Amino acid sequence: MNRQNRLRLAFPALSENEAFARVAVCAFLAPLDPTVEEIGDMKTAVSEAVTNCVVHAYKQQKGMVYIQVGLLKNGRVQIKIRDTGCGIEDVKKAMEPMYSGSDSPERAGLGFSLMETFMDKVRVRSAVGKGTTVTLEKKLSGKAG
Amino acid sequence: MAVRLNFEDGVLRAVLDGEIDHHSVQQMRREIDDAIVRTSPKTLVLDVRRVSFMDSSGIGLVMGRYRLLHGMGGKIVISGAAGKLEKILRIGGLEKIASFEKEGKE
Repeated sequence: MNRQNRLRLAFPALSENEAFARVAVCAFLAPLDPTVEEIGDMKTAVSEAVTNCVVHAYKQQKGMVYIQVGLLKNGRVQIKIRDTGCGIEDVKKAMEPMYSGSDSPERAGLGFSLMETFMDKVRVRSAVGKGTTVTLEKKLSGKAG
Repeated sequence: MAVRLNFEDGVLRAVLDGEIDHHSVQQMRREIDDAIVRTSPKTLVLDVRRVSFMDSSGIGLVMGRYRLLHGMGGKIVISGAAGKLEKILRIGGLEKIASFEKEGKE
């Protein structure tokens, strides 16, 4: 796959788009021959990040989610998930296991924990009132390099 | 995404099929909770062997049903969890509130 190749997606922050987002990202990366395990890892991480946009950034209100996928050196892929929602006041706290910014008992507060488990690198940049960008990186074992 | 429900001898069995995420879990939750309220089961078996994808919404699904059942004196069994799915459920610490069963009737 050409290193210049990249993907940009923009879609409304609707929960029904969570499945689309994770499948679209993995479909784009398919030429790199990721293993079934790696595909599953990336699907889970993207699903968590997009769910955060729907549930937390826009609090079920209207807004857009932007995804960029690109290739780095040495078979690493980079997936950026960005929103222009409310932002996170305390990123460190938000990333703590079992901390949930939602009052709902149905949210486990493990979104960032799973992203960290299944990706090599998770970076969060956020500004209150402006939005959040989550950058995920993973080295694939296939012919990405 | 579908849930098949079966109630027999105090055991409510929910066979989950397809992908569990924040979107699909909402319908599953409604169907399971309706059945819990209707049957007041002693045990809720969540059969996940046909689940092809799950994120942390699946952990929330188990935790939420535990809260509901615990107050009624019921318990939760997670049946057929393997590989990545089991890994995710265990990251959620669910072995503290549910038992894991490998084999189970279809």
